[in-house]
Amino acid sequence: LNSSALVHALIDGVLTGSVYALMAAGLTLIFGVMEIINLAQGILVILGAYLSYTLSTHFGIDLFLGLLITIPIMFVVGVVVQLVFVARLKGPDKTSMSILVTYAIALVLEGSLNQIYSVNYQQLNAWYVNKSFELFGVYFAYIYVYGFVLAVGLLSALYVMLYRTRFGASIRASLADQSAAALVGINVKMVSTICFGIGVAVTAAGGMIYGATNTFNASSGADLISRLLTIIVLGGMGSIGGAMVGGIMMVTLEDIVGVVWSPIWSTMSFFIVLVIVLSLRPQGIFGKRSARVA
Amino acid sequence: MKRWSNLWWLGGLVVALVLPLLMTNPAYRGIAVYSLIFTACATSWNMFSGYSGYVNLGAAAFYGTGAYSEGLLANHLGMSGGAALFWLVPLAGVIAMAIGIPLGLVALRVRRHTFVVITIAIFFVFQLAATNFSFTGGTAGLTLPFIPWMASYFAVPFYYVALGILIFAIVLSAGVRRSRFGLQLLAIRDDEDRALGLGVKVGAVKLTGFVMSGFVIGMGGAVYALFQGQIYPQFVFDPLFDITIALMCFFGGFGTLLGPILGGLVLESAQQYLTVTYSNGGSLYLILFGALFLLVILFMPRGIVVYARDWWNRRESRAEAAQLAATVGANS
Repeated sequence: LNSSALVHALIDGVLTGSVYALMAAGLTLIFGVMEIINLAQGILVILGAYLSYTLSTHFGIDLFLGLLITIPIMFVVGVVVQLVFVARLKGPDKTSMSILVTYAIALVLEGSLNQIYSVNYQQLNAWYVNKSFELFGVYFAYIYVYGFVLAVGLLSALYVMLYRTRFGASIRASLADQSAAALVGINVKMVSTICFGIGVAVTAAGGMIYGATNTFNASSGADLISRLLTIIVLGGMGSIGGAMVGGIMMVTLEDIVGVVWSPIWSTMSFFIVLVIVLSLRPQGIFGKRSARVA
Repeated sequence: MKRWSNLWWLGGLVVALVLPLLMTNPAYRGIAVYSLIFTACATSWNMFSGYSGYVNLGAAAFYGTGAYSEGLLANHLGMSGGAALFWLVPLAGVIAMAIGIPLGLVALRVRRHTFVVITIAIFFVFQLAATNFSFTGGTAGLTLPFIPWMASYFAVPFYYVALGILIFAIVLSAGVRRSRFGLQLLAIRDDEDRALGLGVKVGAVKLTGFVMSGFVIGMGGAVYALFQGQIYPQFVFDPLFDITIALMCFFGGFGTLLGPILGGLVLESAQQYLTVTYSNGGSLYLILFGALFLLVILFMPRGIVVYARDWWNRRESRAEAAQLAATVGANS
């Protein structure tokens, strides 16, 4: 067995996994606060990647600098999706209905992106995408490290916002109990809208890094959402820490299985781990089990 | 209205039986075959998901398993192309059911929304497996025995087989709906904890329903495979299949008997017609389909059948009220 390949798998697992963790954190935040499963998260990541693509190829704006434009755009997209579609869903079937509504939104977005950008695969380009450096005898493109730093930075910002600010306390209160939060004077509707915006805004950053480290077209969204969903189910739905552990676990496991055994089994291995974890702990690693779940 | 309902079913059956004789264009016959297959799958899907409220977005795992079982069995048994291949269709359905047992045991451990997510994940495992394993032929797909029938006649036997499967699915779904088992499924949909408290063996009921729904969907996949003659992982394990089936049921009426039939026939024939007519309509279709889906869920969340029935009831009660008012007016 090639040990440097194993080291590469481990480092890549942490570097790339953190980016998945960031995208999944948005998904799990939306679920935790509103019990909405946003199946459009995958295609929104791709939309974020295409926005970065347009900014860098047509306007020559650097990928990371462009985030100052794409993150606010994606935030607004999230707010619009919440206000126009998701806020209408009420009642006991809300979660199931949200899956269908956001799936429909994903289909419309996928069709539109196909029309605008064609189905040809694209990849984002910059000097740090092509240049690499050596780490423990393994070569990495700079984008992996920059992406890691960005993802960790944004996740920390999310953490500080959630646990060190007044607004974060409102979010956590809404996470714990919506009606109790409303009773103590929290504007739950406002909190939900902003949370949806934040949950979608992270796809701008995630999409840029994804687009720089992978080739993509609109149909890549389906693959992404299945990964993001399994990450948050594994970590425990509604738990941001769970999203981080799940994201890093997924990529590391895939890489290691790919090196040790065969790339054919790498993606499947993660799904198998998911199945095993759920058989032992149906609520996920960090998930809380409600007393009465509808 | 109730008295006429049996006549409606009979009329529908007669139309379905003579339709291929009236419709001679092979392209339209092909559309009819696909519509019947999808409607049968939607009816069967609704029998579990619609009645129990557990939305299964991994039904393509059954469909693809049926398709690959049909292809692999036919090839390994060395069968030549002909009507005998249809005998393998129920067997393919049984294999899909058998696959459903372990899937159900895993997926049904969790409640509703997590169930949806896990069915999606399981579906992707199947798609990956079909793409990566060598016995499935990988991305090159699987070729089934060539059926040497004339093009003008080719779709007709498929039409009647698919119609038979659809009728079976409808009878099964209606039977389940009226049975004790069906009531247990409905009780789970309304309040699972209370059903459990009242002594419904929730786990066994859910698993049985889930596995049962796999039979018709697996047979649908098998007929599709025969009709196509060649299958690929991404077309039989298609995420769009999952969502199409769900849309058909929601469009027609989630959890009703008539809903998926109506939704399946209307949506699948519309989609097939668009694909046949516009060659480059792939992404346009996605946009239209998604937009229609959004409209249905946001404005008619309970489906056309329920919507129409409510409208009819309101009209009748209005007419009665008007009549009553007229009588009262005449008497005073």
